[in-house]
Amino acid sequence: MTRISLLAWQVAVAAVIIVAWQVASTTHVVGDPDKIAFFFSTPAAVASQIWRWVVGGSIWYHLWITLLESMLAFVIGSAAAILIGFWFARREALAAIFDPYVKAANALPRVVLAPIFTLWFGLGIWSKVALGVTLVFFIVFFNVYQGVREVNTTVLSNARMLGMSERQLLRHVYWPSALSWMFSSLHTSVGFAVVGAVVGEYLGAAAGLGYLIQQAEGVFDVGGVFAGMFVLAAFVLLIDWAVTLVERRLLVWRPEISKSGR
Amino acid sequence: MPQAEAANEPGATRAPGPGDGRPAVRLDRVTIEFGISGGQLFRAVEEAGVSVGAHEFVAIIGPTGCGKSTLLNAAAGLLLPASGSVEIFGRPLSGINRQAGYLFQQDALMPWKTALDNVAIGLEVAGTARSEARERARSWLARVGLASFGERYPHMLSGGQRKRVALAQVLIRDPGIILMDEPFGPLDAQTRLIMGDLLLKLWSDDRKAVLFVTHDLEEAIALADRVIVMSAGPSARIIGDFPIALPRPRDISEIRVEPAFQALHRDIWHMLKGEVLKAYGTGKIGGEA
Ligand SMILES: Nc1ncnc2c1ncn2[C@@H]1O[C@H](COP(=O)(O)OP(=O)(O)OP(=O)(O)O)[C@@H](O)[C@H]1O
Ligand SMILES: [Mg+2]
Repeated sequence: MTRISLLAWQVAVAAVIIVAWQVASTTHVVGDPDKIAFFFSTPAAVASQIWRWVVGGSIWYHLWITLLESMLAFVIGSAAAILIGFWFARREALAAIFDPYVKAANALPRVVLAPIFTLWFGLGIWSKVALGVTLVFFIVFFNVYQGVREVNTTVLSNARMLGMSERQLLRHVYWPSALSWMFSSLHTSVGFAVVGAVVGEYLGAAAGLGYLIQQAEGVFDVGGVFAGMFVLAAFVLLIDWAVTLVERRLLVWRPEISKSGR
Repeated sequence: MPQAEAANEPGATRAPGPGDGRPAVRLDRVTIEFGISGGQLFRAVEEAGVSVGAHEFVAIIGPTGCGKSTLLNAAAGLLLPASGSVEIFGRPLSGINRQAGYLFQQDALMPWKTALDNVAIGLEVAGTARSEARERARSWLARVGLASFGERYPHMLSGGQRKRVALAQVLIRDPGIILMDEPFGPLDAQTRLIMGDLLLKLWSDDRKAVLFVTHDLEEAIALADRVIVMSAGPSARIIGDFPIALPRPRDISEIRVEPAFQALHRDIWHMLKGEVLKAYGTGKIGGEA
């Protein structure tokens, strides 16, 4: 399939859904349009809401806040995970001692932490960042840990035979291996950073996309909720696209990536 | 130029010059054991003695699983023998063998570095400036016939091309000892011949000590000054040591038809055959006795 026809098909899917939605919410084909519009709103109402946000300019501030929280959560969570992941992978005893705690912490549904973070960090961005960090951390941590532990032994022996010191091994072998594992989960970890931010906002905030959705829901403004969801979806798609670009740049040496990346 | 050489090869770790008569590698009654499940010990190699002169090309041949790679790992300092001694140019080996270059049986290139960077890295970590290391890596890639492949990552190269990059990666450091573990193992017969010729050409320039593991007897005889035969494992021993008095330079595809070559082949195969059959635990293959 060429790029153009692929795009055409993708647009067609959206068009079909919107048309079906429009028909269901404005005609009697499916059922009572007023009821359907109450629960699902109408494409026109959602579109005009988004239009008002964009033209009025109020949406940009909320988008910026969510973006900022996501980025901070991603950067802080990844940095901590890389540090601790490396450390644990190189110190087996440490990893063994903390193993049950790491597993327990990872199993905990992070949403229950939101009230505590609000208590600790207030209603501003940092309580959302903290929530995102707890989500991002474990994904990156497990990948970095695995990446360091599962360095190919032949590649490692070869590097040693080529005269590398421990520090050079860290830089030329362990680090690239760990990073490649981390980047292979980049989509997931960035996605979770956004999830942490939005959920945090939803549970109590003064700004952000999660806050917008929560506000609309509070007054039964279904159009507002849907509009918020669409903006969020577009936001996530954009971020995902940016991640793909970064990934292609960083993982050129990997067979799967470079094959798909033309 | 001389400065860079000096930085790259500090005198203290440099191999003693030729002419001092000491073997480059001397394994004396080396026994190697592996811990396997249930706390048991598996004795892979028993009391093996191998010595490689400073300019000698020695091939080790033996049935699969007998312990050839294990022996090479001991010479490389990657494995500590349970007993016996390993001496490098007359000095007992402790830790990694810094005078040796090792061409591994499996793929060992760093997949995240281009072919050029893979070749250059050995010089870079020894302190050569990056630009100079890359310059010399470029000329080494040309010597192994891969001048235009420098920017490719290992997964974009064929198996034979990867082996040639690995060869350049080892040789660029100019090690006094070269350990090679079935370097042409996964290649087809024609490519093996070409690689063998390439290897002999590179080796004949400065005749380093070579310990070359193969399971291909013809290859062993065609390349080496001496062929060492190992028995089937476990507890594999060295059971034969055949000097190969064929003249050099050799053309390894033509040398095979010479009577002297065939006589050697017959002698060594006579010894090896029984071991190969033992390795499969049958004592016979098909209807043949
Ligand atoms: N880490 C290990 N733990 C336990 N046993 C091992 C280990 N490494 C090798 N062995 C055993 O030691 C023996 C020798 O292995 P080695 O890899 O040296 O064989 P080889 O002669 O190189 O064989 P091939 O020609 O197939 O490469 C084999 O029986 C193998 O199963
Ligand atoms: Mg082997």
